[in-house]
Amino acid sequence: MADAGAVGAHEEDATRRDFIYIAAGAVGAVGVAGTAWVFVDQMNPAADTRALATTEVDLSAVEAGQQIQVLWQGKPVFVRHRTADEIASAQRDDYANLKDPQHDADRLLQADGAAGKPEYLIIEAGCTHLGCIPTFAEGAYNGWFCPCHGSVYDTSGRIRSGPAPENLYVAPYVYLNDTTIRIG
Amino acid sequence: MSGPSTYEPKTGFTRWLDKRLPIIRLGYDSFVAYPTPRNLNYWWTFGAMLSLCLAVQIITGIVLAMHYIPHVDEAFASVQRFKRDVSFGWLIQPIHAVGASMFFLAVYIHMFRGLYYGSYKAPREVLWILGCIIYLLMVVTGFLGYTLPWGQMSFWGATVITNILGAVPLVGESIQVWIRGGGAIDQPTLNRFFSLHYLLPFVIAGVVVLHIWALHESGQNNPTGVDVKSKADTVPFSPHATMKDLFATSLFLILFGVFVFYMPDALGHADNYIPANALQTPPEIVPEWYLLPFYAILRAVDFNVGPIDSKLGGVIAMFASIAVLFVLPWLDTSRVRSMRYRPIARQFFLIFVVVCIALGWCGGQNPGRLIVPATYNATLNWVQGGEVVEQPVQSAGEAGWDEAAAEAEEAMRAQGMTLVATTRTGASVGTVRGVRGGAPQSASVSAPSSDGLEEAITEAKEEHAAAAPYYMVERNIPGTFTVTNLSQVLTAYYFLFFLIILPLLGLRETPGRVPETIAKPVTTQTEGA
Repeated sequence: MADAGAVGAHEEDATRRDFIYIAAGAVGAVGVAGTAWVFVDQMNPAADTRALATTEVDLSAVEAGQQIQVLWQGKPVFVRHRTADEIASAQRDDYANLKDPQHDADRLLQADGAAGKPEYLIIEAGCTHLGCIPTFAEGAYNGWFCPCHGSVYDTSGRIRSGPAPENLYVAPYVYLNDTTIRIG
Repeated sequence: MSGPSTYEPKTGFTRWLDKRLPIIRLGYDSFVAYPTPRNLNYWWTFGAMLSLCLAVQIITGIVLAMHYIPHVDEAFASVQRFKRDVSFGWLIQPIHAVGASMFFLAVYIHMFRGLYYGSYKAPREVLWILGCIIYLLMVVTGFLGYTLPWGQMSFWGATVITNILGAVPLVGESIQVWIRGGGAIDQPTLNRFFSLHYLLPFVIAGVVVLHIWALHESGQNNPTGVDVKSKADTVPFSPHATMKDLFATSLFLILFGVFVFYMPDALGHADNYIPANALQTPPEIVPEWYLLPFYAILRAVDFNVGPIDSKLGGVIAMFASIAVLFVLPWLDTSRVRSMRYRPIARQFFLIFVVVCIALGWCGGQNPGRLIVPATYNATLNWVQGGEVVEQPVQSAGEAGWDEAAAEAEEAMRAQGMTLVATTRTGASVGTVRGVRGGAPQSASVSAPSSDGLEEAITEAKEEHAAAAPYYMVERNIPGTFTVTNLSQVLTAYYFLFFLIILPLLGLRETPGRVPETIAKPVTTQTEGA
């Protein structure tokens, strides 16, 4: 029938049109999303910022009993040359009553899993409480003391008292040769 | 609400323009003929002050941007140079800095006004939500602007706030790096914060236009919360509201001027006069006063809730405290707008205002500070004289240590030794120690704080050091009520007010009677007669 034919043709027409709408809409949406991504992604760290993602440190410049602070990705990192006494007390306290139990040897591991040297402790400087920078060789354990809210860390950077929940984070580092490390 | 336009162009030019761009008509209808309720009180004048604040911030900000250098090495110095060397810099910079505080002062009063008189209720929900959006944009803009002088508080405030974003599960760290443009707050962060700080005030201005549009569509609320009944209940915006707003704004400008001219730094933190240093933290990190209540809510959550740790919990509570404002029109079930006629709700509202101010106080305090004084006690036990015995302890393996230590201690106690204790020095080795003979002694020390107690214990030990090398110390830590605990109570009330009190009270309370003179227009009869 002519009538039915007309209706059928009309319906078919509508479906085809729907398809075109959806297809065009989908292409448009992908285009918008792709364009938006350009403007979102530009805020991520740029190539030169990422190029600075590693920091090399010459350990020979750090005398025993001293520490230096180096900036790694804009964050301060403690590089501490520990004395024999400090190493001994860090190792002795492996089995003390710790809030965040961890052995000193595990805190010296390099990023690739190889053992580190007990003389050099390389840890991130931000207090695990609210990110303040603890002061060197203060507090009951002669490690670090955070002036903000009184967290006390030992010579292995482990939290011993105060509000901080965790030990100071070990910075990912590897030995490039005997006296040089790369952080990051 | 405004009704049909009553503007009649008088001159040939205005008639010509009116046919092409009826902009004078828009201004006339919005700010001259616009009918305002007769009974508006002075709490209704803060909208005008806020418009002024926005204009002041934009104008002074554009001037500041002409002299500011968004670079980590020069930002701090460029602000100081502007204040010291640029003509009238000494005036313009404090206007901008104090202006931010004045802006927030006015917006808080404006918001409390809306809360008290029920200005968020139908048909003004969209008007209220637009206001919440403006407030949120103001918070972000204020935070970004505070970073720009690149002082210690700028730097560390930005560090703490971007750290907060890191608490979001899964994507938190990516968002944090994305916002900072690197691993830490640095040049990319400063640069983009400057760009966004310049942009957002214009976004605010756009939303303000929508806010005023929505206001003129639904008409102003008034202190009775009762809808305007007829034209006789209103007066034209000009000159009535214009003059009243100008008068109130003049008073506001006096306060503004007092701060700008006599104490431009009173509302800021002294540490922001120290250039930013990534290697050293200031002793305390606090935001500007207008964000302290939210900082207190953030820190109030110091406990884990199921899988949500305290850090994320604090972030959720802080964002929820602003988010709850957006849904307020649907939380308050009362059909009575103004709290003038809600005697019980008014009491809860007054408590709410006090709670908000108290939260602000908490946000500026050290969270561990004791509010109720407490006494910390400790008892020291030691042995006078006697002989110290030390023996090595060796367990079969790492797992057997506890058992071996307990055995060794038991053996020493069996021999009548006192002050027995073990120290572990390796996986399966340690020392057990005890004192044979001697006279048991004890002493008590007390102090008003935990740190003070430790000092007192150390002193007491030194006093007897020579005679007795070993002590047993029993610490008696009292229950304490700190700033954190107070913040928790206040935060609980904040949410209770919105989520429980307002929804339930609206269903239960009996509103006060609205006087006849308000329920019916007073002037109608006279006009009719």
